[in-house]
Amino acid sequence: MPLIEFKNVSFKYGDAESYAIKDINLKIDEGEFILLTGSTGCGKTTLIRCINGLIPHFHQGALEGEIIVNGYSTTECTVAFLSTIVGIVFQNPENQLVSLNVLRELAFGPENMGIPREEINKRIMEVAEKLELKHLLDKTPIELSGGEQQRVAIASALTLKPRILLLDEPTANLDPKSAKMIIELLDTLNKSLNLTIIVIEHRLELLMDYVNRVILMENGRIIADGKPSEVLYSHEAERSGVNIPRLIRFFKKLKELNPKLISNPVTIREGVEALKKVSE
Amino acid sequence: MIEVIDLSYTYPDGTTALRDVSLKISDGELVAIMGPNGAGKTTLVKHFNGLLKPSKGKVLVDGVSTDKMTVAELSRKVGFVFQNADHQLFAETVEKEIEFTLKNLGFQENLEELKVKALEEFDLLKYREKSPFSLSGGERKRVALASVLCANPKTIILDEPTAGQDIIQKNNLLELIRRFNSEGKTIVIVSHDIEFIVDLNPRIIVLVSGRVLCDGSVQHVLTNKSILEYSSLTPAQITEFAWRLCEEWTPLPRNIVTVDQLLAALKEHIIGGGL
Repeated sequence: MPLIEFKNVSFKYGDAESYAIKDINLKIDEGEFILLTGSTGCGKTTLIRCINGLIPHFHQGALEGEIIVNGYSTTECTVAFLSTIVGIVFQNPENQLVSLNVLRELAFGPENMGIPREEINKRIMEVAEKLELKHLLDKTPIELSGGEQQRVAIASALTLKPRILLLDEPTANLDPKSAKMIIELLDTLNKSLNLTIIVIEHRLELLMDYVNRVILMENGRIIADGKPSEVLYSHEAERSGVNIPRLIRFFKKLKELNPKLISNPVTIREGVEALKKVSE
Repeated sequence: MIEVIDLSYTYPDGTTALRDVSLKISDGELVAIMGPNGAGKTTLVKHFNGLLKPSKGKVLVDGVSTDKMTVAELSRKVGFVFQNADHQLFAETVEKEIEFTLKNLGFQENLEELKVKALEEFDLLKYREKSPFSLSGGERKRVALASVLCANPKTIILDEPTAGQDIIQKNNLLELIRRFNSEGKTIVIVSHDIEFIVDLNPRIIVLVSGRVLCDGSVQHVLTNKSILEYSSLTPAQITEFAWRLCEEWTPLPRNIVTVDQLLAALKEHIIGGGL
């Protein structure tokens, strides 16, 4: 059974004239690491709001079809219950961090769920260890750098031990090195905890070394879904105006010059191998 | 012309954000300020339109020290577009947003004309009666740009203009910046977006811990491993790819940043040998 399943899902926000997402059918297995992309307004954020139950419980509107998360139909569970299965991290951690210090921030979620004190402390220590936050526990969120704040936001989602983590442009405000560290952290969590991860991101090259799947949306629909090499070399990706990484643009041009080059590299490693091989 | 002379700035809470910064930006230049989070980039550019005044040293705009001018006077010369459009917009309608700038800066006779010109320029005529907050993120960004650029400032400062923008919006922005720059405007852009900066090809000033680490071209700055390391920047994807090809396959120049440069460098392989 897939961990997440969308069955003919469409959603229209309360006052909107058109659908934000339309006829979505989607299955996501446990342990996948997925890049969700598409131009602004294509429905990416609406799609992930359906997974953690913000739609339909918080954002009013017309929902059609069914969304099953970990065996539960989202319309039949509360957002609080779903938050123990699905964690979410936003673009701007300042909007998400509410507590006086990092320790309180990490305790906030599990305390609200009524989890026993001892268990909360154990979880906080585990997460702080894993995300290298131990030295920051008594700091206030505003004393932290952007990258540290984003690590705290991820950590506070993890203290509820979710099976799924959703991230909406988590690196948009970070410098390139901090952005790279956040993506590497997600990769570690994906591998070590078998955490299912869905990231919304416009800068696709950041994720090419890590994701197993890319979902591309346009006008509320999924227009391509598959391995990074399949989606990013597709006509749909070219047409929809997605930000195709330079490495792929380079290979597209090279392939026009040399039809012998048949592979579709998406990572630097694959690119090096492809050129070595064809020049042998 | 903007001249920064031995500028230091300490925030009221005691944090020193800039230390002895000196630099000169000539009329018509296109300049990017880059560096890690917290390096002082925004603090520096806030001195260019007088939002901040130096703790030590001087900032001269067209030869006049910014502490001798009001923010209103400076705003006619230097327009500032904030990273988050929502921090900047407040009026009831798009039209009023633009009127506000113009009135504030003392435009009277040609106010209507300038307003319509700005609305047209940013494709906002159809939204003139709408609330800026009913528009999409990309449209709000255009309102923010229009409300600054309607006053026709000679210098435009853009703080992280591409954060959270998709490729269509980025390309529009790229075109806009190039056009304004070719019309003679000075553009100063604060950005982390390496791939966007490669496309824009500006002069780059790198700030680290409140000091200028280096100042040079894209090909010089973004292909220098130690500069990148110190400034929390990463090489453009094509640069990294070229470096790896160089280590593992064939000699290549170290300063490749664009797809076309890489194709040109591989020309002999493509024509003669296999590629």
